[in-house]
Order: sequence, then C-alpha cells, then structure tokens
Amino acid sequence: MSAPDTDCFRAFYVHKFRAVLGKNRLIFPGEKVLLAWSGGPSSSSMVWQVLEGLSRDSAKRLRFVPGVVYVDEGAACGRSPADRAHTVAEMRLLLQAVGFPWHVVTLEEVFSLPPSVLRCFPQEPVGAVGTYKVAVDSYLQQQHALGPERAGGSPIPAQEGERAGQPCSHDPRGLAGPQPAAQTEALSQLFGSVKTLTAKEELLHTLRTHLILHVARTHGYSKVMTGDSCTRLAIKLMTSLALGRGAFLAWDTGFSDERHGDVVVVRPMRDHTLKEVAFYNRLFAVPSVLAPAMDTRAPEKASIHRLMEGFLLRLQVQFPSTVSTVYRTSEKLVKAPRDGRATGPRCLLCLCALDIDASDSATAFGAQTLDFSQTQPPTPRAEAGSPTEVGSAQDCCQGAGPCRRDDPRARVMEQLCYSCRANMKDVPSFDLLPPYILAEAQLRSQRYWLATQWGALPGCGASFWAAAPGDKFPACGFPQGLTRHPGVSGRGQR
Amino acid sequence: MAAPLSVEVEFGGGAELLFNGIKKHQVTLPGQEEPWDIRSLLVWIKKNLLKERPELFIQGDSVRPGILVLVNDADWELLGELDYQLQDQDSILFISTLHGG
Repeated sequence: MSAPDTDCFRAFYVHKFRAVLGKNRLIFPGEKVLLAWSGGPSSSSMVWQVLEGLSRDSAKRLRFVPGVVYVDEGAACGRSPADRAHTVAEMRLLLQAVGFPWHVVTLEEVFSLPPSVLRCFPQEPVGAVGTYKVAVDSYLQQQHALGPERAGGSPIPAQEGERAGQPCSHDPRGLAGPQPAAQTEALSQLFGSVKTLTAKEELLHTLRTHLILHVARTHGYSKVMTGDSCTRLAIKLMTSLALGRGAFLAWDTGFSDERHGDVVVVRPMRDHTLKEVAFYNRLFAVPSVLAPAMDTRAPEKASIHRLMEGFLLRLQVQFPSTVSTVYRTSEKLVKAPRDGRATGPRCLLCLCALDIDASDSATAFGAQTLDFSQTQPPTPRAEAGSPTEVGSAQDCCQGAGPCRRDDPRARVMEQLCYSCRANMKDVPSFDLLPPYILAEAQLRSQRYWLATQWGALPGCGASFWAAAPGDKFPACGFPQGLTRHPGVSGRGQR
Repeated sequence: MAAPLSVEVEFGGGAELLFNGIKKHQVTLPGQEEPWDIRSLLVWIKKNLLKERPELFIQGDSVRPGILVLVNDADWELLGELDYQLQDQDSILFISTLHGG
C-alpha cells in the first residue's frame, strides 16, 4: 500500500475508535478505565489506540485514566508452566513498554475470589448528556487551572501510589507470582471434567469475567474496556442465540454492558472488523502476543463457538456484507428493562436478570427444568409457612430425594438462567467449582429462605427480592437470632 | 516455462502453529510449465510446509475463511486472489483472524 493510502486508513481507523467513545458519552474525564488485554490482535490494537489517544495534543486527548489487566488462563488450556511463563514474560515486556499501570492475574485466582463478586452493586447515578458536558467542562477548567506545564506533561496522573508502568499488586497475598500448584491442579481438574468444549468455553468466559470484575472493583475502576471487534461480536451474537442467551443479546454484544451495576463493560472496538484490525496491526507494527487458547487446533465442529465462527466467515466470503448485517442487528437490540437495572433475582454465573418462568411449566423452559425437578425455583406459595413447618412439610423434602437446600448442585442450578443451566449440565461435579460460586449460592438461598419466612408476616416479603440483588443485606447484616436459626446456619457455612 | 522463484512466505495470528511455530519461510519455488500463482503456491505449501491438520489452513483450493492473505503488504483481493501471478522476491503473508489461531 502506498503512503497516502496508509495515512488515510490510519486516520479512518483512529477516527472510528474515537467516534465510538465520543458518540456514547459514557466515559467521563478522569475516570479510571481498565483495559482487558488478552494479547490477541483486537485488544492489542485497543491498547495502542488508547496509548495514541493519550499522547495527542490536549484538545484531542483522551481524558480517562487507563490501567491494563492481563489474565493468564494457561491452566484452563492445559499449557505447561514453562510455556505460560514464556507468554507472561512476553506480556510483561509489552506492558512495561505501554507504561500504564498494569495487573497480571492468573485464572487460578478465581479460587480466592470472595462471593461478593457475584453481587450487583448499585451504580452511582449517571445523568443524561448534560451531566457529561458539565463533567467535561469542569475537567477542562481544572486542567487549565493546573497550568500549561501540567497539561503538556504526562497524561497519566499517578494515583493511589500506582506508578505508571509498574505492576500493581491488588491482593495482600501478592498475586501475579507463581500460583500454588494445588490451585493449578484444581483448575485443570475442573476444566478436565467438563464434558464439551462448548461448556468449557462458556465456563472460562464466566470465570474470566468474574476475575476481571474483581480486579476492577478492588482498584476502583468503574469501566472495563474489552477488545471485541465487529466480526467477533457478530459471531458472538449468533453463538449466544444458539446457546439460549437470546434474552441477554443486548448485554452480551452491545456497546455497554451495565449488568454489574458499579462496573460497566464497554466495547470500543465494535466498529472495527477483524480484517481492519489485522491490517492496522501489520501496517503500524502493533505487537500482540499469541497464547494458544482452548480451541487452538481444534476441529471446526468441536464447539458451538467454533462452528458458528466457521459458518459466518464462510458466508462472509460469498456474501461480503454478512458480518456487518449481523452486527447491525445487534446494534438495534434494546435492553429490557431499559435502565439495565432489573430488580429481582439474577443468574449466579452470568449475572443477568433471570429469564426463568417459574410459574409456567408448559413451556420449553419448563420442560427443561423438569430434568431437575427438585430444583425448580421455589415459589413463595410452596415455602411460605410458619417456621415450624419448614423442614417437615416442604414440597422439596417430600419423597426420598435429598432436600434441595442441602444439595449444592440443585441449589446452584436453581439460581441459573436458561443458558447457564444448559451449560452446567456438562459440568458433572460442582464440587470442583471455585468456592465463591458455591458460597454465594448458599448465601442466596439462605436469603431467599429468610425472605419467605418474612413473607409470612404481613407486608414483609414482597420487597425483599427487590432489595437483595443490590445487596443491602450482606450476610452479616441479618439479626443474629435469624442467622443462628438451625435451618440456616447449620448447613456448613463456608 | 517459468523460471524458479524465490519468495518469502510468512504466517501470523496463530497460523504459524500449523507450521511448527515458524513464522518466516524463505522458499524457492522450482521452475514449472505454468507460471506460479497463489493457487499453485497453496498446493506447494500444503505439500512442503504444512505440518499438521491441513483442513485448518486450506479448504478446497483456497485458504480457510478467516485467514487473510497479503501480497507485499497489500490485500490479495485487490490483486486477483488465487490468480495473482507471483513475482520473484514477493512476500506472501497469511494472517489467521480465527479464534485461538
């Protein structure tokens, strides 16, 4: 390509990145933004776009404060320690070169996550466009007041002792070091036990999301940027449909994803096709690190993800507008409810508002839930009774089967959405799951049980679920007498 | 009769994993009756360079969808794709954009 062509391509590419951010007006000046960098082409390109955006002259400079997180998921893919160390070392070199504060975490750290990761914390009130303008104006005034020497200096203010280009330890145990072999073993055992590649991919995605969310929360990042390209999102849209995630498409593939409440995931690369990304990275020498993934060298029909990728890309060869058509569809999807803050129970794993239909079993979903008939979400009618009835006359305790509240598998299953239930069917043993998932499942079911007990008192029950997802009721907040109730605390609190 | 050609073949984005992890290959294509084009280069690559799972790189007589081809840093779609006639000292780059390489 001749020089004018590359200049034009570069300008176009950079403009698209900035336009996506500018149009959506979600990222406020001075806000801490965590860039999720996998080392792959799209997220590498994203990091380089931010780097370039911060080095611009003051009028066009990006105004947020970036940090980078890299998750080493080698254990889930069965890579050798030497291989993983090599990849991590490569990443560290790049991270140092980039100069943002960075966090290198390993997937093994999911074993030390707290159950609170799975809770949705209320978002700080974000107003309309007017608020954004006010914020930008006050930021500019602040910059002006600081004087020209500051404005022309480093775009990255040192915050909370984090120095640019330095690793940030975010856990007292000193993470990012070598993981105990036991956790690596436990992780590979977990992934080894999963029956299908489809379920493995989904589980990996879930755990990785939780880990990144935790890093973001512990370090005060209120946005996470992921490098999903338009091609990848089109594939994800079709894959999600096939996986039964139709209800959550707008969250899974939209520009912003507010499901976690306080930490919003944004996808600024969603207007770039993978072809553009590959060309840009090649022409402007954007480095990336190849870490073999779970599906590397897997046959094309190995998983739904793989199959859908092959299907769309093959179609794209014959009909070059395929990807953009699918992707435009994802743009038109509207989140319901519109504010993205559903009240009511959320899926334990994907953290979306539950799409289950507990009262109507004459649906496809109802038919599916019959597979674990013990696990149907409890209806208040079934459980609302006086405490003396509990444990003796509950529906779930009839018959010889174990009580739902005692069976961890059933307890987890009843708290999952349609898609996650289907996926978790391919995970034979829940005992191998990281403890935070099981602990939160238990906490939730205890909360629910309490809610139904309170529900028996006039005027107490209905508002409970509305409050619980926002977690105004941490476990320790219960009256002591209630948490000591034999029906609750006697069940092996972790 | 086309003379032997010396070209650089490069693999990226994970495609190199099918070639023993080696990215750059300096190769000499022997003289043959027909002029060398990408179509015949792919046949040659399959026979001489590809180490495993050929179906993950070549499908039919072309590359697998999702693998980009650049000839001297230009998109092969602008150059006639499979029918592009190779010149001496050309560099051909294959970049996989597929998940996991």
